[in-house]
Amino acid sequence: MEIVEKVLNGDKRAVARLISMIENGDQQAVKALSALHAHTGNAHIIGVTGPPGVGKSTLVDKLAKSYRELNKKIGIIAVDPSSPFTGGAILGDRVRMNDLNTDPGVFIRSMGTRGHLGGLARSTADVIKVLDAYGMDKIIVETVGAGQSEVEIASYAHTTLLVEMPGLGDDIQTIKAGIMEIGDIFVINKADRAGIDRTEAEIRTMLSLHPEEKPWLPPVMRTVAINGDGIQELRDEIEKHLDYLQSSGQMKLIGEERAREDFIHILKANVTKYIIERSMDQKKFDELLSKILSKQIDPYSAARELTDDFENSL
Amino acid sequence: MSERRIRVLIAKPGLDGHDRGAKIVARALRDAGMEVIYTGLHQTPEQIVETAIQEDVDIVGLSCLSGAHMTLFTQVMALLKEKDAADIIVTGGGIVPKDDIVKLKEAGIAEVFGPGTPIDEIIEYHRKAARK
Ligand SMILES: Nc1nc2c(ncn2[C@@H]2O[C@H](COP(=O)(O)OP(=O)(O)O)[C@@H](O)[C@H]2O)c(=O)[nH]1
Ligand SMILES: [Mg+2]
Repeated sequence: MEIVEKVLNGDKRAVARLISMIENGDQQAVKALSALHAHTGNAHIIGVTGPPGVGKSTLVDKLAKSYRELNKKIGIIAVDPSSPFTGGAILGDRVRMNDLNTDPGVFIRSMGTRGHLGGLARSTADVIKVLDAYGMDKIIVETVGAGQSEVEIASYAHTTLLVEMPGLGDDIQTIKAGIMEIGDIFVINKADRAGIDRTEAEIRTMLSLHPEEKPWLPPVMRTVAINGDGIQELRDEIEKHLDYLQSSGQMKLIGEERAREDFIHILKANVTKYIIERSMDQKKFDELLSKILSKQIDPYSAARELTDDFENSL
Repeated sequence: MSERRIRVLIAKPGLDGHDRGAKIVARALRDAGMEVIYTGLHQTPEQIVETAIQEDVDIVGLSCLSGAHMTLFTQVMALLKEKDAADIIVTGGGIVPKDDIVKLKEAGIAEVFGPGTPIDEIIEYHRKAARK
């Protein structure tokens, strides 16, 4: 496929096109992703999540620049919420990343959460694959840490940063409820602001509520993203986490787990599509649907009938 | 089973510090179901073109109120061509004298929206242009 060749040859336009195809649920994207598979698995994926306004995009900008000093190629995926009513979105994370635009070693893509077919986390995972095959050393994924799908996206990362800022109070409570567990590194940004000590104490208290012996104890870092304070230390800590993942065998386990989930997901999607299309062709789908509506049959038995048909056809 | 969504880059080249108009257009396009990439003030033509390519937008809307629009707009066009991305549609918005509108269109700017253009007209234009 031409687009695959181009992506592997470092053609930015082709990368951007392929990402759109993935986002649009274009069937051609599947073919391209198949061909790219052999070229994936080299990137270190870093998730950056936290409430709106804590400085995630600013932090990503500074972190990317810091990695550029080490000559690492950086892919950035910045996810912002789409309107649930119109599906439209204003994607404004690039406002904080303007000087990265023209760096040939950086590729930034903004994504709306849309109503992605198969889930936002799925398409993000595929976009990560593209940037991985394109040769990015680090892929940073920024999401607003609010809902389940964001947590799911973070689960694709090898290293997840949970970003907070002083004075959020209640937000920390919400973070505790859902996503505390996924944090590998806690970052208190806007450390130039009052209340930093209290915020740090709160985070440390919460961390101590999960006292199980963990081989990796999440560090709590302070940064001032607007002027770059603490960024180098943060980068070092991220690299330390990567070392830990590699030396402990965790990296390999994560890879196996992802491959397994990926495989199961694709298989499910294929089988489902096959059964639905086949039953529609044979008009059986509509027949069963009207029977479900008129209570002649329940949806569980109807679905069973179709999967039995499938089994018998093998 | 595919759903294509129109993507638009709203960019402000040059040095002037107003982005009220640009923000109004950005919001209107969002409310019309489009994805609007917004990059803030003071963009160089190089930055705009790189962003347009990486974000794979259908349309770039250049908002410009300073007198420098001629050079800036034409630089964007030249860079798009150079990067093999001349198929990306470029529009302009802001106060542009009539003579300049003609020149800009000659340079490949698809449409210029003057002040007071009804927002519905702008939305409709984007829908039609992106479908091509
Ligand atoms: N005082 C202060 N402001 C910051 C810092 N980092 C970011 N900001 C500001 O916080 C606002 C939100 O930043 P942004 O990166 O867009 O946050 P995001 O929504 O989490 O991505 C912007 O106005 C930034 O300039 C910081 O370390 N200190
Ligand atoms: Mg952001």
